[in-house]
Amino acid sequence: MDGRTRLVVIGNGMAGTKVVQEILSRDRERFHVVMFGSEPYGNYDRTLLSDVLTGSKDAKQIFLNSLDWYRDHNITLHAGMPATAIDRDNKIVRGGGIEESYDTLIIATGSRALVPPVKALEKIGVFVFRTLDDCQTIEAYARGCRRAAVMGGGLLGLEAARGLLSLGLQVTVVEMMPWLMAQQLDAEGGALLQRSMEQMGVQTLLGKTVTRALGGKRLTGLEFQDGTTLDTDMVVMSCGIRPNAELAERFGLAVDRGIVVNDRMQTSDPDIYAVGECAQHRGKLYGLVAPLYDQARVLAEHLTGVLSNGGYQGSRSITKLKVMGIQLVSMGDTIPSDPQDEVVSYVEPSRGVYKKMIIRNNRLAGATLLGETDTAGVLTQMFLLNAELPDRRADLLFGTSTGAPILSVFDLPDHAQICHCHGVTKGQIKEAIEFGKCRSVSQIGASTRAGTSCGGCKKLLEQFLEVYAGEVALDPAEHWYVPSLPMTRPELVAAIKAKGIKSVSALFRELNGGREEPSHKAALASLLKTIWAGEYEDERDARFINDRVHANIQKDGTFSVVPRIYGGVTSPAELRRIADVAERYQVPAIKLTGGQRIALAGVRKEQLPHVWKDLGMASGHAYTKAVRSCKTCVGSLFCRFGLGDSIALGIKIEKRFHGIETPHKMKLAAVGCPRNCAESTVKDLGAVAIEGGWQVYVGGGAGTRVRAADLLCTVKTHEEVLTYMGRFIQYYREHGKYMERAYGLVERVGIDELRELLVKDVEGIGARLDAEIERAVEARTDPWAEADAPVYPAQFGGPVLVELKR
Amino acid sequence: MEMKHASLEIVVPLGPVDAIPLGQGCTYVVDGCPIAVFRQRDGQLFATKNACPHRGGPLADGIIGGGKVICPLHGRQFDLKTGASVDGDYAVQTYPVRVEGGEIILTLA
Repeated sequence: MDGRTRLVVIGNGMAGTKVVQEILSRDRERFHVVMFGSEPYGNYDRTLLSDVLTGSKDAKQIFLNSLDWYRDHNITLHAGMPATAIDRDNKIVRGGGIEESYDTLIIATGSRALVPPVKALEKIGVFVFRTLDDCQTIEAYARGCRRAAVMGGGLLGLEAARGLLSLGLQVTVVEMMPWLMAQQLDAEGGALLQRSMEQMGVQTLLGKTVTRALGGKRLTGLEFQDGTTLDTDMVVMSCGIRPNAELAERFGLAVDRGIVVNDRMQTSDPDIYAVGECAQHRGKLYGLVAPLYDQARVLAEHLTGVLSNGGYQGSRSITKLKVMGIQLVSMGDTIPSDPQDEVVSYVEPSRGVYKKMIIRNNRLAGATLLGETDTAGVLTQMFLLNAELPDRRADLLFGTSTGAPILSVFDLPDHAQICHCHGVTKGQIKEAIEFGKCRSVSQIGASTRAGTSCGGCKKLLEQFLEVYAGEVALDPAEHWYVPSLPMTRPELVAAIKAKGIKSVSALFRELNGGREEPSHKAALASLLKTIWAGEYEDERDARFINDRVHANIQKDGTFSVVPRIYGGVTSPAELRRIADVAERYQVPAIKLTGGQRIALAGVRKEQLPHVWKDLGMASGHAYTKAVRSCKTCVGSLFCRFGLGDSIALGIKIEKRFHGIETPHKMKLAAVGCPRNCAESTVKDLGAVAIEGGWQVYVGGGAGTRVRAADLLCTVKTHEEVLTYMGRFIQYYREHGKYMERAYGLVERVGIDELRELLVKDVEGIGARLDAEIERAVEARTDPWAEADAPVYPAQFGGPVLVELKR
Repeated sequence: MEMKHASLEIVVPLGPVDAIPLGQGCTYVVDGCPIAVFRQRDGQLFATKNACPHRGGPLADGIIGGGKVICPLHGRQFDLKTGASVDGDYAVQTYPVRVEGGEIILTLA
């Protein structure tokens, strides 16, 4: 024996491990810790089980502490080994042939699913939803089923229903009460939630009590008290929980519904404590994570001798529904209980939005936010701190009109819990920022786990960073070219050149251990092509579908075809040809585009090569991240105000740069006078004629963002316009981030810097940029030529029809 | 249970695996139902319903890799093994698929 106090914990769930963590963080030396756990694992986050069921998380991803953690902290873990006896006289816990003596014992046996008294329930196809094993059994059985019923329309039941739905089953939720989540919602909120669940595809049967399970050995349906029945292949029970208090009761501890504890979490035996769902405190049982963490903290404080605030005072409960697509946060009372109570509510049925507050003595007694939960963080703090509310109640439901925070993070005490998923307090976050040097939300998450589960507290974390660090640092990942590779663009370019990487698959192999990340393929392809030009090994699977078939995918999976019409100037013969093709292929829509071209919309993939050939025109590149069209006005050719020949210039610009690939699409225009009819000053690149010359504008936009372009330079001739436009395009190709519009680059680099670099040529890069853009122009081919020679046989293949032999 | 459902399985040969370009997907309309079959660069095959549960996007036209597919319409990502969307919002139906003697064999339950 090493003389340390022997602490035995029965239960290796969220409560048991949380107590141990809290104790170790206060005093690593005091205890020798032994844990018994009935499940054969380390310890996992039970609140994420529904994610395992839907498959959105792997079982591995929900573990809180790996077996290494127990080893690193010298904790003896008997996993898969339930404790079966407590010898209180000799202070020994027994289980599976093992005996462990204790000085202090903590019982954290949690709870199990409540099984209601239903006739003939012991059938194959009936499940409870409580553990990781349950989850895996349900998933395996569901594969052979079409229909599933969930008994219980509470939080866990709805999460289970969503999980079953995503396994492809028809799901019905059966609830005794007349509305869903009756503990957390009033009738109106329950009805709105029901509608949202039904829109998602989950059927509901309310006010129904199950009396009998139907079928032989295997379940085939349920019978209700009103004599009606429901056919189903399986049923998942989620009717509530029952504390696992039998062990404590058998060995003489005071047990009511749960193991009775005082404010120090002490049972009727002063050396034995209980926490979590098995414990009953001041007559209340808790089935949520946050209270369990409160209890764990109090117990750890008590056992390490620094109990503050007079022990555990009970918890105020906050519930968050974790069904994707539905936002719901509920706390405290759902209906007023005092005639003086103030009720503030807002309903918007069409969007399924319902917000309600019960206010008592100017403090929050309860709140429900359904469908829109933007202010949940503030309301939660107000509720937990029992804080005085501001006069403008609307701000609490909708936020202030100025966007100013309602509750300053300054006002929160250090013990205020900020991340309710992981029970992280303001004090811990402050410490992580001040001593742990965390400078971003994700760094705080890595150090404290705050913000890593539901993410609801991230806004508050940002405020803390601003207050305590003076700034929110960007994640280093934001400077990386793609998030999966920890390299900035120059670093990545250097690595690619050093290793001579010429294809996307080679890049994943050489720099990412062979792991492919589909969301970065297109970005990496664009980078490789800029680096190697003609030497780039083009792998078509790294391209977005638009760039595989050289047409723009539409919402119904068909494509639009936009032929090249230089400068927007066409001829009767060309128009006739376009019209003929439209008729021949029964193109559903002909549309003049925003870039002054003609689009044939609704073309099927397999028709594309035929449409292109019959058009006999070049690709208009209206689908790719490249230089698109150059819009023009009629200019000096016809316009009485025209100062310059914008049509001639526009055609020259387009002929030179069309289809050159860029980090994002580029829209261009040339106008004959400052009246700017073709809108050059809101294009990525534009030319404006003035008396005696041309202005070149860069970085305008009129799409997602509206931005007036900046004047790059003023020149005399068309040729000079082409030179500076070429320099700008090449600079953008080399320095723009993938999917960053030209205006993003202009703002990032600054127009003054760009003038220095591209016009004054202070660094002497002008000639090189001119040569590079020339190389790109020369390497360009018309993608529509692939109509005659597909790159691979299935490039324009339509669906393959397969008949079933019956 | 396994036995019972084994007899309900419908096994559908879809033709040569080479017909699907490496790293891409193809659409097969099986008895009227459009199914996307994906051939990852490492040789793994996957099959899903060819309709994104978000807005029906043709997943066969998506970019794939690392066991995921990205819908070409709005960028929703799905795990090709389970069909679950990476952000947890939706799930797409998946089907068992394998290669036998160079031919794709799809199983419909």
